[in-house]
Amino acid sequence: MEKSKVWIFLAPLGVFIALAALLFNSLGNDPRLLPSAKLGRPVPVFNLPVLGAVSEEFSQENLKGHVSLLNVWATWCPSCRVEHPVLNQLAESGVVIYGLNYKDKSEEALNYLQQLGNPYQKVIYDKKGDLGLDLGVYGAPETYIIDAEGLIVYRHVGVVSDEVWVTVLKPLMDAAAQSEQVPSKGGFSG
Amino acid sequence: MLAELGQFALIIALAVALIQGTFPLLGAYRQNASLMALARPAAYTQFFFMALSFACLAALFLNNDFTVAYVASHSNSQLPEWFKVSAVWGGHEGSLLLWVLILAGWSAAVAVFSEDLPLDMVSRVLSVMGLLSVGFMLFILLTSNPFDRLLPSFPFDGSDLNPLLQDIGLIIHPPLLYMGYVGFSVVFAFAIAGLISGRLDSTWAKWSRPWTLIAWCFLTVGIALGSWWAYYELGWGGWWFWDPVENASLMPWLAGTALLHALAVTEKRKIFKAWTIMLAITSFSLSLLGTFLVRSGVLTSVHAFATDPERGMFVLGFLIIVVGGSLSLFAFRANLFKGQGQYQLFSRETLLMLGNILLLVATVVVLLGTLFPLLSEAFNMGKISVGPPYFNLLFFPLTLLAMLLMGVAPFVRWKKQEAAGFIKGFVWMAVISVVLGIAFPWIYFGSPAWQVIVVTVFCVWVLSATIKDVVKKSVNKKNILQGFISLPRSYKGMMLGHLGIVVLVMGVTYTSFYSTELDVRMATGDSVNIKTYSFKFNGVKDVSRQNHNAVMGEIEVSQNGNRLFSLYPEKRVYAVQKNMMTEAAIHWNLGRDIYVALGDSFDDGSWAVRVQHKPLMRLVWLGALISALGGILVVADSRYRQSRRKRSVKHSPIELEA
Repeated sequence: MEKSKVWIFLAPLGVFIALAALLFNSLGNDPRLLPSAKLGRPVPVFNLPVLGAVSEEFSQENLKGHVSLLNVWATWCPSCRVEHPVLNQLAESGVVIYGLNYKDKSEEALNYLQQLGNPYQKVIYDKKGDLGLDLGVYGAPETYIIDAEGLIVYRHVGVVSDEVWVTVLKPLMDAAAQSEQVPSKGGFSG
Repeated sequence: MLAELGQFALIIALAVALIQGTFPLLGAYRQNASLMALARPAAYTQFFFMALSFACLAALFLNNDFTVAYVASHSNSQLPEWFKVSAVWGGHEGSLLLWVLILAGWSAAVAVFSEDLPLDMVSRVLSVMGLLSVGFMLFILLTSNPFDRLLPSFPFDGSDLNPLLQDIGLIIHPPLLYMGYVGFSVVFAFAIAGLISGRLDSTWAKWSRPWTLIAWCFLTVGIALGSWWAYYELGWGGWWFWDPVENASLMPWLAGTALLHALAVTEKRKIFKAWTIMLAITSFSLSLLGTFLVRSGVLTSVHAFATDPERGMFVLGFLIIVVGGSLSLFAFRANLFKGQGQYQLFSRETLLMLGNILLLVATVVVLLGTLFPLLSEAFNMGKISVGPPYFNLLFFPLTLLAMLLMGVAPFVRWKKQEAAGFIKGFVWMAVISVVLGIAFPWIYFGSPAWQVIVVTVFCVWVLSATIKDVVKKSVNKKNILQGFISLPRSYKGMMLGHLGIVVLVMGVTYTSFYSTELDVRMATGDSVNIKTYSFKFNGVKDVSRQNHNAVMGEIEVSQNGNRLFSLYPEKRVYAVQKNMMTEAAIHWNLGRDIYVALGDSFDDGSWAVRVQHKPLMRLVWLGALISALGGILVVADSRYRQSRRKRSVKHSPIELEA
């Protein structure tokens, strides 16, 4: 067979390899992921009530001062129940976790925490989902790492399992804590 | 227990698929009959255990077992029973299980209907299919297990099936679509088996052709159903969105259509072998690519499924092994392909090749348009979608060219056609087409756009050429009816298939150009007019049903002052997910659809109402059904049934047109 003909038979393979490379390149980029521009940017400006304490308000300023997790949850989300015990454990070991109760009813949310335990320093009550919208929340649960300056370091979509904590979140939190030289443990909400 | 049993059955099926994928292949290589004999029983066993596994998942749904994560997130105790069954494939994990079940079903079907095939060929084909099963079963077990439990803390009730999916359309659409997608695995397996064994003669094409046709018919009906579902369920009267998920099903359809025609040539004339094999690989690869696009979450879509990079990575890896491997094999075996037939420039072979290239170009157009956001991002231009204007612009000329070929190619001789005489036979038809093509839209719809005229001319052309040819072939017999009946089914099937496309194209064109749409705010007693129709809003009332509450509006439709009927569009609120759903009300006949949907309510009690008049809307789906029927007719042709009775028939005893 002449050489030119062999190339024709290799052409489909070549096209496919180019396609596969493109797909591989795109695989990490979840289209619904927080636009990378938002990573490293401050948490959007907000002023929302704290769950269970109607007169108390909470803003992005309150997130500053220590590295923390911001966990988006709701009573209507079954996966949140799955990750809740993990969050309880983390809180016990001293990780600062804030809750963002997303599009929920306050009585039901308080009930939920009473039953399952409360791992949160404070729970931001985002009844209409305004902060969620600004953050680009796709659904619950989602968990953000916020550094001591109030900048978004990382966004995790889905359940926080022990595995996710050990392999993904903890290293990032530790790194954030080191670079800020602010201890990640033992902080109190302002 | 059921969940564990289901998972156990799946693992056994995996083990059996592994046996099916290896030993018969080895047996074929060594010509060891006892190893090859494993192929058929393995296929049946695999199918049995897949069916058992699937039945377990369905039973879990019916039992409201919310300790199972997949059930908890896709069902609810209040969900009506039949939707509990369809909820089995309402999410990622379950639809994959359905996918593998169907793949196992196709394997078993090949095992049953392959008596006239040499054993080594059957072994290779079933082995390839078994290996495909292995890949998908591993995908399920490693990344998307529907039997995972939510223990110890499980929800009291499930979070319900997405209300969009609580619909008869969803009960039947995915299984049909998957039958089509997965059905292309058979011809793919035949292609790989042919490449391995080096036997790629016309017998090979003859074996592959009915399988491809059946898969193609399923895919055609599946896509049409999806479009119909989107039309009445999404609530704004659109029926095709060029959405990535829709495109993912259209690409294998286009490639599969090309494959059908290529197979016809290979079977008949023993040429285009390399091209046919390439298309067989491409069609199934595009099915796999569709799976990747839907599952990996690299593209956003209205049909949002769970997205997970880990799953995407697995499917991509699988894609690279399957497609990369088979295309390498294809290149490696290039020396197998030596054309035997001779044909002139003006011949049916040339025209069919042109049609094939056209269909492949259309596939590439869809592929590029679908992947454009990824391309633009890879080249740092930001994420840009091209959207419907791109597709519509390019599909218009492509469709016209395809229609032109459809109106000529079936009537041209194989090998060589005398041009002069042929053109003479078509002069009158051209005149009729132009006259009718202008007159029809002008009389019935008034002042047509040039696109409408051009499309209608081409449609009339294909229609009249087809009728002319059928009549010409029928009159040879005693009477024309008998003549028509005695025409080969494959010929009638081809004609029907093409007529279906004409009907579809007519529907698409007329409903696109002549639809009228009004968005109005209506208080009780208000009315609006579209053409000769008048729509009167009679207010709303509350309705309560098993798992949702609804506000039901009444819209009275009259024509020229005569009351025709009332339509009852709804706004539903589903109890569990609190979603607001628009339930459109549609009255249809072949000539037009009347489509009414409720929008938002205003404080003063008036409602936003969307009223649409869509001429010839039904032709879109009717055309697809007619085409699929044509495909079935070809499969029913005597040569495929005869070959089952007679063993090792090399060539069909009767030479047929088509």
